[in-house]
Amino acid sequence: MAGVNKTVAGVNKFVQGNEACVEGALYAGLTFFAGYPITPSSEIAELLSVRLPKNRCCFIQMEDEIASICAIIGASLAGNKVMTATSGPGFSLMQEGLGYGIMAEVPCVIVNVMRGGPSTGLPTGPSQGDVNQARWGTHGDHAIVALTASNHQDIFHITVEAFNIAETYRTPVVLLFDEVLGHMRERIVVPKPGELPLVDRLKTEVKQGVDYHPYLPREDGRLPMSDFGGVHRYNVTGLFHDMWGFPTNSPQVVHGLLRHLTDKIENNINAITHYKEHCLDDAEVVMISYGSSARSALHVVANRRSRGERIGLLELQTLWPFPAELVREKCAQAKRVVVVEMNMGQILGAVKQAVAKPDRVTLANRIDGQFITPTDIRNILRLIQGRGV
Amino acid sequence: MARARFVFSGSGGQGVITASVILAAAAALYEGLYAVQSQTYGPEARGGATRGDVIISKEKINFPKVTQPNILVSLTQEAYNKYVGIVRPGGLVLTDSHSVKTERKVDARQVELPMYQLTMERIGNPIVFNICMLGVVIALTQVVKPSAIIKALEANVSARFLTMNIQAFDLGQELGRGG
Repeated sequence: MAGVNKTVAGVNKFVQGNEACVEGALYAGLTFFAGYPITPSSEIAELLSVRLPKNRCCFIQMEDEIASICAIIGASLAGNKVMTATSGPGFSLMQEGLGYGIMAEVPCVIVNVMRGGPSTGLPTGPSQGDVNQARWGTHGDHAIVALTASNHQDIFHITVEAFNIAETYRTPVVLLFDEVLGHMRERIVVPKPGELPLVDRLKTEVKQGVDYHPYLPREDGRLPMSDFGGVHRYNVTGLFHDMWGFPTNSPQVVHGLLRHLTDKIENNINAITHYKEHCLDDAEVVMISYGSSARSALHVVANRRSRGERIGLLELQTLWPFPAELVREKCAQAKRVVVVEMNMGQILGAVKQAVAKPDRVTLANRIDGQFITPTDIRNILRLIQGRGV
Repeated sequence: MARARFVFSGSGGQGVITASVILAAAAALYEGLYAVQSQTYGPEARGGATRGDVIISKEKINFPKVTQPNILVSLTQEAYNKYVGIVRPGGLVLTDSHSVKTERKVDARQVELPMYQLTMERIGNPIVFNICMLGVVIALTQVVKPSAIIKALEANVSARFLTMNIQAFDLGQELGRGG
């Protein structure tokens, strides 16, 4: 598709988190966006409706979220780097398309700026209630990549990384942000072109007129693509399929494909895992958090460290595949592990499964549509230390 | 001030959110400071008491919301009534004397100025009321240099309203220095 997107490199911008995501997507080479605006993600669609056409790239406002994800899947097969953005209610509608993208191995990025749910829930209140929906919202065994960040510079970087992972592993990648991050403003610096590595579409070297097998892996396991509608004819389906892309119920092929879909993500967990750590070296209390909640947790760490308390934070940027080994290792010396999130304990479960002593893991959460504060976390810490609130 | 926390409050359409964005952008982009801006969303953003929060600091800001502002600005009675209780002891409360009757005694410096009235008399357009208020805030707090605000205005305000905005900003500074 025509046009390379021009972001303003090296320039400081004071932006909302949603705009940081837009800048990251453009830097990564986004050429096609289809979406249905919904609070608190609307600014992403709004800004791209201006930016993409200026670069002779495509923005489409669709009739709903089902159509949105189908449009980006089609556009990706045709050779574009693609994205859609939504919030919980729209993400629910996208689950069918998400499964199709996983099965057909279509690189795409789905942004979910989370708000309170279930259903239409709390349009303007923050939440992190869609973490498990990102993992298991679509049916059937599958692997998924879900990433997040806690500040706008990191939102920029993780958005670029989402596109890179999508292209590398030919998979949908979910970006989970939240209302607080989406709407608050802070400074970002847009890196210069070339400063961040970009993974471009791996295209087949098979010539026109020669058989192209869309699902025949190379030696290194990657699957080169051919722009759909271009020089090769091939089939794409949500059914289990052979190397030609045609449906099959051969037990051997079904078994092999399902294992491939899982293994290509799970076996590369180290490459896909992104995290930050703060004061973990001698920490007796290890907090684990992500997204905007990690900002409040970090506030508590800074505050308590200044008083000599051994407390630290493991900030996860990759939520799925869950970095269980990393969590186990970072919590090995901890007397207490406190998971800070704005839901009923969606990452808590994964942490408990990961650590050696799950009975030492406590949840510090908030689920009333208000941003979790350092005071909320401090109160939980006091309780588990037996000091009362 | 190591860390300045502002709450700008008023009613939807008065431009308190815009003022908060311009202040924070000025600090973050032109003064080399850390700044975070956030705001109320939802029905209250369309009339009723609306609110923009700004934190400006020399150090990295983690928690982005303001729970106890050092500086509270209220442009309507409703906003004043709602937020006056959260101002930090020893802080500053700035109100518009045309629209707010200050009732409660708070442990803060209370400054009441006829910002709306003067904006209308001297400039004649209520859309720059918020920037006049920002001028007062800068004069009273010196949290960023006036030149940084001017740069932020140039970057955020459309060219045809820029002169009017700068006039309003200067008017506010004059008023703030006198008051």
